[in-house]
Amino acid sequence: MNGLWQPRLLAVTTMTGALVAVLLVIGILAGSSGLSVGDVLHTLFIGGDAGQRFIVFELRLPRVAVGLLVGASLGVAGALTQSFSRNPLATPDILGVTSGAAAGAVAAIVIGGGTYAVGSGMLGVGLPAIAVIGGLVTAIVVYGLSWRSGVDSYRLILVGIGVTASLTGITQYLIVRAQLTQAAAAQQWLVGSLSGVSWISVWPVLVSLTVMLPLALTQTRALDLTQLGDDVSVGLGVAVQRHRLIVIVCAVVLTAVAVSASGPIEFVAFLAPQVARRLAATARPPLLASGLIGAAVVTGGDIVGRTLLPWSVPVGIVTAIVGAPYLIWLLTRRNSRERTTA
Amino acid sequence: MRTPPVLTRGVSPGASAGADSHCAAALASPAPGRRLRLTGALIGLPAALVVVVMASLVLGSNHVSLGQVLTALVDRSDDPGAIVWGSRVPRTVLGLVVGACLGVAGAVMQGQTRNPLADPGLFGVSAGASLAVVLGIYLADVTSVLAILWLAFVGAVVASLVVFGVAALGRGLASPVPLAIAGMAVSALLGAVTSFLVLTDEATLAGYRIWVVGSLSGRTLSGIGPALAIAAAGAVLAVLNARSLDTLALGAELATGLGENLVRARLVGLGAITLLTASAVAITGPIGFVGLTAPHVARSLVGGSHARLLPASALVGAIVLLGCDVVGRLIGGMGEVSVGVVLSVLGGGVFVTIVRRGRMAQL
Repeated sequence: MNGLWQPRLLAVTTMTGALVAVLLVIGILAGSSGLSVGDVLHTLFIGGDAGQRFIVFELRLPRVAVGLLVGASLGVAGALTQSFSRNPLATPDILGVTSGAAAGAVAAIVIGGGTYAVGSGMLGVGLPAIAVIGGLVTAIVVYGLSWRSGVDSYRLILVGIGVTASLTGITQYLIVRAQLTQAAAAQQWLVGSLSGVSWISVWPVLVSLTVMLPLALTQTRALDLTQLGDDVSVGLGVAVQRHRLIVIVCAVVLTAVAVSASGPIEFVAFLAPQVARRLAATARPPLLASGLIGAAVVTGGDIVGRTLLPWSVPVGIVTAIVGAPYLIWLLTRRNSRERTTA
Repeated sequence: MRTPPVLTRGVSPGASAGADSHCAAALASPAPGRRLRLTGALIGLPAALVVVVMASLVLGSNHVSLGQVLTALVDRSDDPGAIVWGSRVPRTVLGLVVGACLGVAGAVMQGQTRNPLADPGLFGVSAGASLAVVLGIYLADVTSVLAILWLAFVGAVVASLVVFGVAALGRGLASPVPLAIAGMAVSALLGAVTSFLVLTDEATLAGYRIWVVGSLSGRTLSGIGPALAIAAAGAVLAVLNARSLDTLALGAELATGLGENLVRARLVGLGAITLLTASAVAITGPIGFVGLTAPHVARSLVGGSHARLLPASALVGAIVLLGCDVVGRLIGGMGEVSVGVVLSVLGGGVFVTIVRRGRMAQL
């Protein structure tokens, strides 16, 4: 099954962990301050001069940390929803959770008075809380609307697409009604960007990940069994309803808090679990490896976005340009496979 | 829903003619209950259109009474005349044209794919058209309406080929999920590329804003001739496609059995969809959900025969688009909410309703 004792999964998890560590150092290095690898490591672990400490601890490290934590949250959340619905297309993005959290957060930014740009206590607690409420309400609505004596994963996806469209419209409406400065802050935030994050954005994501990841890991066995279908897993002693509730709450909280920190970074929750599953050759996306790959994707995307080109590109655009073609490719492959087996 | 292959192989020329006349009869003579609805539609749709047009002329940020509007329509010289002829009339005319275009494009798309969720905005056709326009603005500083039309047309063709290609590689176009997700993915990709372009160049942003929101605000009638011509060409193709769409409703295999030239039918349909969408996008930017909603409302009123469905979809599309534009003017407070945003909120609900009704395969 999916335990870490599987050699291939263990190898994949270790290697992606190492990749994340390397990206962390590159993320601190990348930029126009002329720090060397030695400087960075020295400042991180021993202590450098004031200038180096400021660059590393106040400018670069929060950005890299938010990238890692957001990516890990999205990766784990995607792995949870994909496993639970047994459908790689069912990600928090498509199911509407991301846009629900975004609508909540934009409402907070717009109505709460543009606190995003200032970085007050609102950003620390209020914004993540409202995003979580938005995400949870959306999840309940989508799940309820797709209920017709059971939830079919395709109906879930289609209802999610419809609800996402409505929420996107509502978000745009809120922006139109807002004052210009708040509208600009919300608009910039909506692209999904790590620019301008500070330590205050790190803590909520860190807390949600440290609470939700262990909770999600307790569901590993149940997730393995649900791959066999609801009836079989009931027969094997899984309390399906309670298990499903825990999985959904984990996925929604992880997604919503991540979205509140960085804005919606599209396609990570789809991409990371699928890459992890293919690398590890497991039946469903492995949780830890998905989280690590998500962290690598967001941090790597951010590094590419701010260094590769003369102008800086938000990480959300980089992940969409990489993730959307992968989704399209998967769709064609999936279709042709289903046709040959049908 | 797939047609069992047995059916097509078993159809002899005689049986084919019989089936043809049978389904033609079924399509031509509606059931008694439906006849009542048909009469209702014949009176109700034009009446609703008149109401919406009047509302669009009267309601807006500047207060003009109905009497003043009616006077101003005849006499352009005085003050309300400037508002009515300067902004309300162009806006109303363009709304009607774009709504009708998108309604018909949606009906053809749903007929061609037998997919009840088909919509040019939702499935990336509009996103392709607007990306091409933004590329043109970015690379070549394009401003003329004719050039923008061409760009929108090329973008619409490319995007629809990609979306349909992706979806058709497998379970067929009639299966709603692959097409919906392929459309979503292509839209997301095109949107990301567009944002990427815009970020490189602030100057593009100003010209680009018009093409991303889908709005009737501030559009004028000048230079709109080419767009109207393209729209008319698209409408002609759609009408020519009506009979084929009726046979395609039985499934591609059965349609071939009935003597339908599949390649020609598909090409004419694709031409209609792209011409209509391109002209709509060239006028207002991408607007979703009209093409989804209009055919469903029209179908419930006049039935599935495309000879009736296409004009009814045009009417419903015009009513829906103009109605949503009026709503957007009223709820915006100081500013105004663009029609694309209103439609996105309401259209999401329509989409969910269609999914929940769950008659996916029966179109």
